Amino acid sequence: MLSLSGIGKRFGGLTALDGISFEVGKGAITGIIGPNGAGKTTLFNVATGIYPPSCGAVVFGGKDISKLPPEGRARLGLVRTFQNIELFGKMTVLENVMVGLHTQSGSGLFACSFRMPWQMREERRIRERALELLEFVGIPELADVQAGTLSFGKGRLLEIARAMALEPKLLLMDEPAAGLNSGETADLGDLIKRIRDLGVTVALVEHDMDLVMDICDHLVVLNLGTMLAQGTPREIQDNPAVITAYLGEE
Amino acid sequence: MRSDRIKFIVFALVVLLLPLPLSGGYLTNVLIFVGINGVLALGLNLLLGYAGQISLGQAAFFGLGAYGSGVLTTQFGFNPWVAMVVVALSVAVFAFALGFPVLRLKGHYLAMATLGVGVIANIAFNETVDLTGGPSGLSGIPNLAIGTLTFDSDLKNYYLVWCFALGMILLSLNLVNSRFGRALRAIHDSEVAARVMGVNARLMKVQVFTLSAVMSAIMGSLYCHVMTFISPTSFGFSFSVEILTMVVIGGLGSVYGSILGALLLTLLPEMLRTFQDYDIIVYGLLLVTMTIYMPGGLVEGIPALFRLIMPTKKGTEVGNA
Repeated sequence: MLSLSGIGKRFGGLTALDGISFEVGKGAITGIIGPNGAGKTTLFNVATGIYPPSCGAVVFGGKDISKLPPEGRARLGLVRTFQNIELFGKMTVLENVMVGLHTQSGSGLFACSFRMPWQMREERRIRERALELLEFVGIPELADVQAGTLSFGKGRLLEIARAMALEPKLLLMDEPAAGLNSGETADLGDLIKRIRDLGVTVALVEHDMDLVMDICDHLVVLNLGTMLAQGTPREIQDNPAVITAYLGEE
Repeated sequence: MRSDRIKFIVFALVVLLLPLPLSGGYLTNVLIFVGINGVLALGLNLLLGYAGQISLGQAAFFGLGAYGSGVLTTQFGFNPWVAMVVVALSVAVFAFALGFPVLRLKGHYLAMATLGVGVIANIAFNETVDLTGGPSGLSGIPNLAIGTLTFDSDLKNYYLVWCFALGMILLSLNLVNSRFGRALRAIHDSEVAARVMGVNARLMKVQVFTLSAVMSAIMGSLYCHVMTFISPTSFGFSFSVEILTMVVIGGLGSVYGSILGALLLTLLPEMLRTFQDYDIIVYGLLLVTMTIYMPGGLVEGIPALFRLIMPTKKGTEVGNA
């Protein structure tokens, strides 16, 4: 599905990523873990086109997308959520999801200003679909609330609904459980599994090990910008190099 | 949706009936400029209040519209309506091409670049004396006409300008409550998130920049035919700032706010005649006070003020009404 080969990223003298190569398998949930500063978020930013890589290639669905801007990658079905929740705070919850449906609709400047009949039909379709997505994540009652006023947990759900609006092939989630309480985290785990069951491949960066071990089929461990190990959750738990990176040497 | 429609119809009726008690007097003349300035502010508000991109060169597009129509009709014998369309299309092409490099910039840099465009345009109006008449202005511009109906009085021009203005207000209202408008607001709130949602932020910014330029140009064309005389001083940097002030005072991200801001800032100079040259101080004070106490502009500030003055509104309102 997504294949990273030899990805490197330098910020001035700092090497954030160095020769990262791995594949995200189709239909599975892949977890990317590692201590703080391992380069996990940077890797997501490179994969989604927020930063260009210093070297290496990002291949998605058999196509080299290294030079594609974020909006181009989104149109191909590579969608992400953010660690600190990037909602459109001044818009309503429903409108946020409707922006997510941008690529699923096509009315331009003229059709919108003149309220062409097909634009009105499209608008109704977008609105209905957005409501369905809010129901999918379980917050339909918040449709008309301003997104900036949501709690962190609800904001996270909205962000997932908005990402799902793009009908992603691969959903990259940057620390989806950050800031959630244990009940919310459990619900999130179920939601991610439901997303996988819809046929969406999921890759997530996460610190909550209970969640990671519960839902992930495959794990990739980063440390200080390099790849330390990859394998099933069980293999990773027993890997001495991983234990050293997390707990330090004796 | 429905209440939006009713609001617009009420607004349109007020606009269309307003001149009747005024019987074509001086105030009608001032209200023509409220219409023109209102659309200029609205164009900038789409760019600044919705998409979050500043422009300090709006007067340049207004001037291009005015001089385009003025020169084509007086020097080349164009029909004024044809000239208006030709000018609007030319400005669209110009703004679209200009938008790509300029809108790569953000914040202060974008302000400086658009300011530069405004200054260059103003120099061009002054220096191309053969075409524009230079600093002494361009006169003898014909009035607009439909058949035998010539728009030569304040009352006729009022309806001419406000028909255009109402049309543009309606189209803008449609636009901001659509897929396009949502994408603009999304870019304003978080450009990164908007792009990750598949919004082509760069193209949309250029499109709305072009739209605001074309709206300004059409108003420029109307302005030159209403005035029949234009000179470069009307299209300088200070007028760009004045348009910006209208937007901020009226309310960023509000279509009606733009009109309200234009109304206040067009009527105010008339009321401030007694202050003469010191009126700029009043402007400054107004802008500072507004941004501190009414950051949402008049559209949010006036209702808030009412609530402040009448805290027991719910109890007394029935009796007063």
